[in-house]
Amino acid sequence: MNSLLNVIFTTDFAFSLLRVTTPILFAALGALISNRAGIINIGMEGIMLVSALAGVIVSASTQSAWVGLLGAVLSGTLIAGILAFFTLKFKTHIILGGVAINMFASGGTVFILYLLSGDKGSSTSLASKVLPSVDIPLLKDIPVLGPILSGHHILTYLSILAVFVVYYLLNRTPLGLRIRSVGENPHAAQSVGVSVVKIQYTALLLSGFFASLGGAYMSMGYLSLFTRDMIAGRGWIAIAAESMGRSTTVGTALTSLLFGAADALSNALQVLKIPAELIATLPYVATVIGLIIYAVSETRKKNRKLKAPLTK
Amino acid sequence: MFKVKYFEIIRTTAVILIALAIAFLIISLVSDHPVKTIGIFLLEPLNSKAHIGNVIEMAIPLMFTGLAVSLLFRANMFNLGAEGIFYFSGVVTSVLAIHLTLSGSLHPVVAILAGSIVGALLSAIPGILKAKWNANELVTSLMFNNILFGIGLYLLNYHLRDAKAFANVSYKFEKTAQLSKIFQGTRIHTGLIIVLVLIVAAHLFLYKTKWGYELRMTGVNREFARYSGMKTAKVIILVHLIAGFIAGMGGSVEVLGMYNRFQWTSLPGYGLDGALVAMLAKNNPLSVIASALFLAYIRIGADLMARLSDVPSEMISIIQAVIILLISAEQFLKFWKNRMLLKEAKNA
Repeated sequence: MNSLLNVIFTTDFAFSLLRVTTPILFAALGALISNRAGIINIGMEGIMLVSALAGVIVSASTQSAWVGLLGAVLSGTLIAGILAFFTLKFKTHIILGGVAINMFASGGTVFILYLLSGDKGSSTSLASKVLPSVDIPLLKDIPVLGPILSGHHILTYLSILAVFVVYYLLNRTPLGLRIRSVGENPHAAQSVGVSVVKIQYTALLLSGFFASLGGAYMSMGYLSLFTRDMIAGRGWIAIAAESMGRSTTVGTALTSLLFGAADALSNALQVLKIPAELIATLPYVATVIGLIIYAVSETRKKNRKLKAPLTK
Repeated sequence: MFKVKYFEIIRTTAVILIALAIAFLIISLVSDHPVKTIGIFLLEPLNSKAHIGNVIEMAIPLMFTGLAVSLLFRANMFNLGAEGIFYFSGVVTSVLAIHLTLSGSLHPVVAILAGSIVGALLSAIPGILKAKWNANELVTSLMFNNILFGIGLYLLNYHLRDAKAFANVSYKFEKTAQLSKIFQGTRIHTGLIIVLVLIVAAHLFLYKTKWGYELRMTGVNREFARYSGMKTAKVIILVHLIAGFIAGMGGSVEVLGMYNRFQWTSLPGYGLDGALVAMLAKNNPLSVIASALFLAYIRIGADLMARLSDVPSEMISIIQAVIILLISAEQFLKFWKNRMLLKEAKNA
């Protein structure tokens, strides 16, 4: 136990916590937006994978990390657009659409990688670029806080900023209001003149946008290359985080951090000989438990209402 | 003159043709010898007994998971948990195949039944949560996939792993546990018979029994079924138990039929493929046979293409994605159906 505390209460651990939370947080925010509009986008994993590869390819061919980031975001958003087109226009079932996107991404990225580099495992032969890390002046000199908060990857800072942006977007803008109203009751929204399909398109594109920032971070920050199936379940953890955060921005951000901690721990706990395979299941177990607690309490609430004597 | 009742068949055919057209397009863009490569992709699986065998071997697990998912979808349960159960039941069966000593024919029976029962029980969890508290079965089943994979991988790495083997694989199964081959010159095993029997049984269950009727009604409209006196909660739990049993049996049969050690270090994907098979089969048990064979055929075609030409086999996942997107697209070709309906109405 002591050694566990020794692992957790270090600046290194706190630093790595933010590092591993970044992709989860981005994708969870994306999942949040589409969920609030009433569409479960389970294609997060696939969108992240595609954008991770696109970032590597574009940055390698243009030799600019920023153009690479742009390429990653555009291709991830495009994938979300395809999903939106099929589900909203052709009425493909959204879950099956998500399954299709994931299937496409896991094979398609390897297919493209192989065509471009002749390698099915990783993009080592492509000279891709990495986005910079940032030292924050003043902050970096403060003991304890400095080593934890300063010197992170630029997208890590952006992910924290994104929490505020998404909160503002959902709660303080007309678009956010429409997204929430469409998610809560599409018929009511329609009846007051909100175009449900348009809002859902927007929400899906935004979810793809945020997920692809997470994907770009994976191949241009977390690692400096693309490897096969490199998202490794982070898209699913993000969906879990959104679900356990009960579709609120703050809740989603906090559970993302919690699940990030589980991820960071699985690296750290290997020192203590606790099997990483089991620690990796923690976010999912937590989500199932969270879901059960929520579902049970909702059912109880409903039953109480039904049983309550009718007054008036 | 096409009739409206044939619409679904026409539509499915159209989707398959479009998917194949996209496959040809990709091949011609990528390959140096497109015509030759397309020939390999389409015809090589029929070229030898061994290749035909490969198609059928691949179709067996797809039939298992396709059948399991069909039943769930039929009850309008969006549960994708077959993936994790398929994997985990494989682990359970492997444990028994390694550590149990039983005489000949009894060994695989015990090992497979144990895997299937574990699968049924695991699958019941999202079912009970859905039936009693209306917890979203999709999210719980997806979470369970990852949980079961983690636990299964832990068992493989820490308890089953053969340190003397060169790769990350389990100890060898006892010879008595392995399923016997039924056709000389191929690896087709007795699992084929098991799954075909299961499919027929599921067909009879779904269309000839009261339970099957209740399952279908619950799928069409749960509220309606409930108000007409059906215990829908029971139906939902039952269909989860059955689907879990079938998916678990699929995993068990696959490891004992095709391998002599447990060696999956990632989810094998058959559960999600099962969703594709179920969709192609329109959630109809008997049609699962044809759609699993079709999927297996294009996969083996792609594998052979990768071996014999310059196009990697991962192309197939692009094709699969296209098929899923189009086959579940309600609106795809709908205009045509409407036109047919109009014509028939006029003629009547």
